[in-house]
Amino acid sequence: MKPLESTIGPMPMTSLPAPEPVKAPGSGRADSGAGTATHCPYCALQCGMRISATAAPGGRQEISITPRDDIPANAGGLCQKGWTAGELLTNGARLTTPLVHGEPATWDDALDYIAERIRRIQAEHGPDAVAVFGGGGLTNEKAYLLGKFARVALRTSQIDYNGRFCMSSAAAASIRAFGMDRGMPFPITDLAAADAVLFAGGNVAETMPPFVRHLNAMRERGGRLIVADPRLTATAKSADLHLQLTPGTDLALALGLLHIAIADGYADEDYIAARTTGFEAVRTSLAAWWPERVERITGVPVAQMREAVRLLGTARRAMVLTGRGAEQHAKGTDTVTAFINLALALGLPGTEGSGYACVTGQGNGQGGREHGQKADQLPGYRKIDDPAARAHVAAVWGVDPEELPGPGRSAYELLDALGTPAGPKALLLFGSNPLVSAPRAGHVAERIGDLELLVVSDLVLSETAARADVVLPSTQWAEESGTMTNLEGRVLLRRRAVAPPSGVRSDLAVLSGLAGRLGHPDGFPDDPRAVFDELRRASAGGVADYSGITYERIAAETGVFWPCPAEDHPGTPRPFLDGFATPDGRARFVPVDHRPAAEDIDEDYPLYLTTGRVLAHYQSGAQTRRIGPLVQAAPEAYVELHPDLAERLGVTAGERLRVVSRRGTAEGVARVSGAIRADTVFMPFHWAGRASANQLTNAALDPTSRMPEFKVCAVRVERVA
Amino acid sequence: MRLVVVGNGMAGSRLVSEVRARDKDIDVTVLGAETWQPYNRVLLSNVLAGTSGPDQVRMLDASWYADHDVTAVFGDEVVQIDRDTKSVITASGRREPYDVLVLATGSEAVVPPIPGAERAVAFRTLDDCTAILAAAGVARSAVVVGGGLLGVEAARGLAGRGLPVTLLHLAGHLMERQLDPEAGLVLGETLAELGVRTRTGVTVTEVLGDESGPTGVRLADGEVVDGDLVIMACGVRPLAGLARDAGLEVERGVVVDDELRTDDPSIYAIGECAQHAGTVYGLVAPAWEQAAIVADLVTGTDKNARYRGSRLVTRLKAKSVELAAMGETHVDEGADKSTEVVRFSHRARGTYRKLVIRDGRLVGAILLGETTAVGTLTQLYDRGGPLPGDRAGLLFPGLSSAAPVADSPVRMPDSARVCQCNNVTKGQIRACWESGARDADAVAAVTRATTGCGTCREAVEGIVGWLCEQEGVSA
Repeated sequence: MKPLESTIGPMPMTSLPAPEPVKAPGSGRADSGAGTATHCPYCALQCGMRISATAAPGGRQEISITPRDDIPANAGGLCQKGWTAGELLTNGARLTTPLVHGEPATWDDALDYIAERIRRIQAEHGPDAVAVFGGGGLTNEKAYLLGKFARVALRTSQIDYNGRFCMSSAAAASIRAFGMDRGMPFPITDLAAADAVLFAGGNVAETMPPFVRHLNAMRERGGRLIVADPRLTATAKSADLHLQLTPGTDLALALGLLHIAIADGYADEDYIAARTTGFEAVRTSLAAWWPERVERITGVPVAQMREAVRLLGTARRAMVLTGRGAEQHAKGTDTVTAFINLALALGLPGTEGSGYACVTGQGNGQGGREHGQKADQLPGYRKIDDPAARAHVAAVWGVDPEELPGPGRSAYELLDALGTPAGPKALLLFGSNPLVSAPRAGHVAERIGDLELLVVSDLVLSETAARADVVLPSTQWAEESGTMTNLEGRVLLRRRAVAPPSGVRSDLAVLSGLAGRLGHPDGFPDDPRAVFDELRRASAGGVADYSGITYERIAAETGVFWPCPAEDHPGTPRPFLDGFATPDGRARFVPVDHRPAAEDIDEDYPLYLTTGRVLAHYQSGAQTRRIGPLVQAAPEAYVELHPDLAERLGVTAGERLRVVSRRGTAEGVARVSGAIRADTVFMPFHWAGRASANQLTNAALDPTSRMPEFKVCAVRVERVA
Repeated sequence: MRLVVVGNGMAGSRLVSEVRARDKDIDVTVLGAETWQPYNRVLLSNVLAGTSGPDQVRMLDASWYADHDVTAVFGDEVVQIDRDTKSVITASGRREPYDVLVLATGSEAVVPPIPGAERAVAFRTLDDCTAILAAAGVARSAVVVGGGLLGVEAARGLAGRGLPVTLLHLAGHLMERQLDPEAGLVLGETLAELGVRTRTGVTVTEVLGDESGPTGVRLADGEVVDGDLVIMACGVRPLAGLARDAGLEVERGVVVDDELRTDDPSIYAIGECAQHAGTVYGLVAPAWEQAAIVADLVTGTDKNARYRGSRLVTRLKAKSVELAAMGETHVDEGADKSTEVVRFSHRARGTYRKLVIRDGRLVGAILLGETTAVGTLTQLYDRGGPLPGDRAGLLFPGLSSAAPVADSPVRMPDSARVCQCNNVTKGQIRACWESGARDADAVAAVTRATTGCGTCREAVEGIVGWLCEQEGVSA
């Protein structure tokens, strides 16, 4: 293990704000230390870190990573993923040469081949025969240029991205309620000053450990944490109250909590009258969701629901947070809406120190959903079917608005259509590994197998890249610059810290090279700063307005909160304090009803499966499964099951189990634990092939967000003989 | 198609919204005898207790009907079904033709035929509820006649408003349909602590009073129980007269088959007026299950939808009284060889828990007093799911799964993971100490322990402190 530099300093709460008053954002401690100041390659916390590269014997580089103290999100902390992120820069696991049909090729040959195939496929089948799939880990610049490349160079409507699998339900619900989706519409440091936090379906102790510092700081001052999760997760263990609900019943739980909040007199009538519309319809709809009925559906005792509401209702400052556990359902949008309704009834959103937030997951999950790699969207969080939005963006792009395609298929629908008679024949994939991360992954593999052309740009040979006709080796986080927008909506600067190995190119260079070959020599710069300057103009006047943000400001201010419509605008840490982004400035209550999971348990498939993450791995594991210490920490897939279930099935800890759903099978090692409900098994989804949990998951989609139902399906468990 | 629904209570209004959710085009008319918008009867106890306002029990907004193209008639009772012309006739003379008719007329409160009964208030409708609330504002003490679910909830609600309450019950123990005698006894003791005096095995023969209202009740043995508010909660009977007059088969309720159809194929009945397989259900959950099935059939959404009866879970809605009862609760030990009974009783704490198990499945349960098991047990009963061999874990959740946690630095094995975020074991911390680290920061600098979420800092300090102590001891 490399020795650490002495700059880590004291880790604990010293850099968090005093409880009162809530501290202004961006005023963290001044950063110091050697190396390039940048951010972690993984999750949406975007922990600040410094990277130093020194020459080592044998021409290799020695990479050293230290946490930054000046970034409030991590406040000097890093998890094992962050500490070890440098390994992938040097450990030889990455790609350095383009591959065409598995054979090394020059960049010119590879790009020529792709352009030629695209031209032929589009000539035969039309522009929509070529599809683009992006990722929530791409920088804002890449996400923006990818959307422009699809609409202008390919003229295809068929573009979407894996963020559809992450935050889309919360995004849809936030837009419905607030007119704007900035996942966390307040600085993360506000958490420490809260008196109560309800976290529905999030396990930050595993997914973004330094986040827990903010929750710990809150609890140290006497604040209470309530966690709703079918499992007693690491996060739930640290909570004051754990609501261990049945998978797929988060929506009913939220309705029950709101029913109690109103019945027990915690509704903030003044706030409701002054700042919201639609409460009466919601109040009426709640008559059907009395607590005892909700208890029968969720399995959460009425007394616990009542206690949760009391903690929230008596708090001076309170927050309601949702994570993927509540969102990744075929009713995810309505579920988040129900939690937002609860927050609104308690008077939280747009009140300083309180609020509702979606805890975004992917590295650039926030920025990635704002700048046009989404099927229905143009830069600045504009809607692609809005004529004014089309006119504005077309002017920036120098094209006729009529030429811009309309909305295309959502992520799963796009994957499901690949290679079908009416669907795309070619797919260009950036920053995603859907063979592992998409629901019903076996079916997705079949669809990908029917493509005429699959192009994958990645830094390692991911499972999906291994199936590609052309693989393009790309630069990775520390080898390129660009902006990332973290879970707070704070735009951060990722800086190039080390030289990329020869033979790799950035995604921007790939897009530039392909656009040139497709007849667009201009308009696709490969310099991130040039792309960002164009993004600023394209986003100007939109909901997510970046026009006042510059690389220099980000560096000087350790991040700038959007919307930021002018260079002399300070940015907007708490966008809803004066009003919501709706036409009348009021938040909208929307009545919603619970409905059962798309697939319920029955005699043949008598158990619920829920999926999730472990600390040592990130998403499809393409990166983290190639890092020694992380593999050592979490070497293989497992099936978590309750001792009662293990006893009934005759299973002992450590034996191999096969989990079977209507869509496929997956295997893992039995982990027997009282932390899970006896009617539910859990599998992390970071592994591929026979260990892939997404072979099992259900692709039923949310009608609004098109989010698949990752978090609940019916399975049976068998011992592997 | 013309669908006419008679009754706009919990069952009727639910049916109408279920039908509209499935089909936008069917011509729907709903006729209600009450003047109120449909409201949730389940919540009336909360209104009485003051935990819900009368405006909070409404199931549908007045604008819902217009928005969803449903014709609704309030306060005009249907008095006749004319099966020959396939139409219904209301008290005001309105005639509504139907292709499909659904009876959801519900039930009415039973008022015993005793002298002075008119001086008492029933506890059944929202009107009853507002009448009780008005009277409770000026009353000095209340008598509740009937110790079933509603009577207990009403007594608890009034006691919560500070009114001394006497609860009188004919049977030997409270809620005898749902509870066994011991549970009834424990419930009575719990209520006593909340200001409700309970008398069981008593018959009320007269409601006493004068011009200004009731003054009390007389019992069969002549004893007088004082109270200037008397509430009758003596059960309900199905309102099946309309069906009977129309010549439909009626026993206790309107007899229906698995499609919820009466013996006239164009007439269905659901909710508390219906009798399926010999059972008349008095709870809302079965009525809503029935409404969904009729909606499936009438709209053609699922022609194979069938009603197979409901599993009943009774949950008392009364503050500070946690009570759930489900299924077969009257079975006792030794009833038969195939049935297991597991029981825990602690009367001093108001706790009583009973499970009735057959073939490894939960077929009945009573949970009284604070319990975290209620959610799990209700779901096991609802689904008929297999039970774990360890029955005690069912009654005392957490008992079986709570493995001893070796969190003291002394007992913790070297392989125990202390820092989750950076995967650092006690053994690594010990090795670090052995190489000279003497505080948590020094350990962090080498192992990265404490640098993730920071939660393990105390544990790391504890281990380092213990090792230092050991050194002192051995030195």
